[in-house]
Amino acid sequence: MELSGGQVLIEALKEEDVEFIFGYPGGAVLHIYDALYEQNSIKHILVRHEQGATHAADGYARATGKPGVVLVTSGPGATNAVTGIATAFMDSIPMVVISGQVQSRFIGSDAFQEVDCIGITRPCVKHNFLVESLETFAETMKKAFHVATTGRPGPVVVDIPKDFTTPGVTVPFDYSKPVEMRSYTPAVDGHPGQIRKAVDLILSAKRPMIYSGGGVVLGDASEQLTKFSRLLNYPVTNTLMGLGAFPSTDPQFVGMLGMHGTYEANMGMHDCDVLIAIGARFDDRVTGELESFCPHAKIVHVDIDPASISKNVKVDVPIVGNVGQVLGEMVKIIEATDKRADSEAIDEWWAQMRAWQSKDCLAYELSDKVIKPQAVIEALWRATNGDAYVTSDVGQHQMWAAQYYPFDKPRRWINSGGLGTMGFGLPAAMGVQLAFPDETVVCVTGEASVQMCIQELSTCLQYGTPIKIICLNNRYMGMVRQWQEFSYEKRYSHSYMDALPDFVKLTESYGHVGMNIDKPSDVDSSLKEAFEMKDRLVFLNFVTDQTENVYPMIEAGKGHHEMRMNPSRELA
Amino acid sequence: MRHIIAVLLENEAGALSRVAGLFSARGYNIESLTVAPTGDPTLSRITIVTSGTERVVEQIIKQLNKLVEVVRLTDLSEISYIEREIMLVKVRAVDSGREEVKRLTDIFRGRILDVTESTYIIELTGDDQKITAFLDALGPDNLVEVVRSGATGIARGEKALKI
Repeated sequence: MELSGGQVLIEALKEEDVEFIFGYPGGAVLHIYDALYEQNSIKHILVRHEQGATHAADGYARATGKPGVVLVTSGPGATNAVTGIATAFMDSIPMVVISGQVQSRFIGSDAFQEVDCIGITRPCVKHNFLVESLETFAETMKKAFHVATTGRPGPVVVDIPKDFTTPGVTVPFDYSKPVEMRSYTPAVDGHPGQIRKAVDLILSAKRPMIYSGGGVVLGDASEQLTKFSRLLNYPVTNTLMGLGAFPSTDPQFVGMLGMHGTYEANMGMHDCDVLIAIGARFDDRVTGELESFCPHAKIVHVDIDPASISKNVKVDVPIVGNVGQVLGEMVKIIEATDKRADSEAIDEWWAQMRAWQSKDCLAYELSDKVIKPQAVIEALWRATNGDAYVTSDVGQHQMWAAQYYPFDKPRRWINSGGLGTMGFGLPAAMGVQLAFPDETVVCVTGEASVQMCIQELSTCLQYGTPIKIICLNNRYMGMVRQWQEFSYEKRYSHSYMDALPDFVKLTESYGHVGMNIDKPSDVDSSLKEAFEMKDRLVFLNFVTDQTENVYPMIEAGKGHHEMRMNPSRELA
Repeated sequence: MRHIIAVLLENEAGALSRVAGLFSARGYNIESLTVAPTGDPTLSRITIVTSGTERVVEQIIKQLNKLVEVVRLTDLSEISYIEREIMLVKVRAVDSGREEVKRLTDIFRGRILDVTESTYIIELTGDDQKITAFLDALGPDNLVEVVRSGATGIARGEKALKI
């Protein structure tokens, strides 16, 4: 089969079972767009800004587990995509971004729409390739998908000069050759000796904690994690990225940990004697002050990325490998041995855990005058039977969604945890809805975040993605305001949102349905009404309490045991 | 502590910048870095001299290994190895100083490559300590230009960094 560069790309994407490309045309990719025009197997989603393309592909990847694919032009097309690439990189999301480049003979000449895409994206990709010739293009695509989806996944950029996609200039197409990369051999199976050592330590625990992260979701190891945890009956906490990997409504689950984690999860971390970290990376938002992190614990750490081990916290039993495989092995060993954890000690530990839980750290004061943002999330959980795909932007609403919407399944909670990218939620929801047209997809956002990629409402109309946007509108960049309240003596420097658009009219002008809700008594009914509109995008603008804060909170420089609790509860 | 890390990586455009970028992005220290093709033309060899705590160096090695183009690496300072660096130094050499510089060069087993009425260019090969000692012996006032290649290294005995 003789193909031009544009056709090579299409055929390669077909071979990789790609359903959607999220993209935006431009000069350097015109040949590719021409090749797209004459085929029907891959659906192109025309976004309104390249950042939207990357977030949509990212959302698609997080929900499906398959790599997201993006196509952008050179120069501004590539630079606009960078935020989304970095977002995917920080959360280890498999993604392949194809960027056009100026003709090879013009590279380095400051040509029109030329930018050093390889140089700009280098620090925020798992790997990137500048295609060297038409002959190597197919092989490079295959390598890109291989690198993006294996080991610790991540985004890969393929920069393709325009002259390698010229129509009529063809090469034989062969995609059958397996990828050979002597310099890239990601670890798969954990070391059996280390696994045994870990099990010994795990079974010797008197105050254990299972701390699992996004790696369990990415590695599709929820089932193994659940089995492992139930077998041991140890308390389980998840990171922001790991929510849903263990059922949040299970009594063994003690909530999210970290800066806005539950009292019981954080106290458990502080007091535990054995910490079992699985697919988590000891992020600073999780650990708090390192000096006082898990001061009494021996630590087991399972991760597919050797560089994640002992990066921030020195661990006692490191295991490099696929988390699902390692957990499966551990379960086998535990099932085969007579040795069991000291059940008396574990019972005592659970009694302590229940005592911490009785503090009811997530309780908040309800009001009949003003809508409490937490109440909206709880109502959303009821309205969707706790089974929606929920994307979020970044800030207070993100934390409330994580705290008040218990996720029972993996890949349902989709947010930018690592980079913290405002503007992520709406396009990500679009990508999720395209993957699952019949599922309920919700974007929890704020009036500040949603404006960062609001233009994608237009894309949502074009491709009929009936997502529901839950905007917790407090007329502030809430999280910034909260920090200014706590740490800057309430000097609210540029954190208020003035001159806001009328979101109902704005949504309507994009051809969707908008709703304004400002009475607490209307929260449930408005959600019901919105979810009944199955084929329409509905923007629900909830006018919420302006001064509500996210609690509990571990402030900078503090340890897990030094949480700031909701003051309205402290007084009660 | 000072570490000398030898890295084999794919001889591809941009591979070096990934290594250099890694060090700057993560705030690792580079004392010197040398790069050249190897006997196998598809591979380059980089020698990096760095310093840091044990934990930092462990991270440097892991992060280097994580780079897709890095094929293999070794921390030479963990094993028995030979280190060499070449230095070309232009020295002010006038009057009685000329004889003194020549004597020093002989003691350090250097070679004088170029002679003018007022300067010598000396070639010296050795490890970091020898080169530093020679520069100290010459004295800062006599140095016109110092050109150092950066360290390279190789493991002693059977051990070899190759594929």
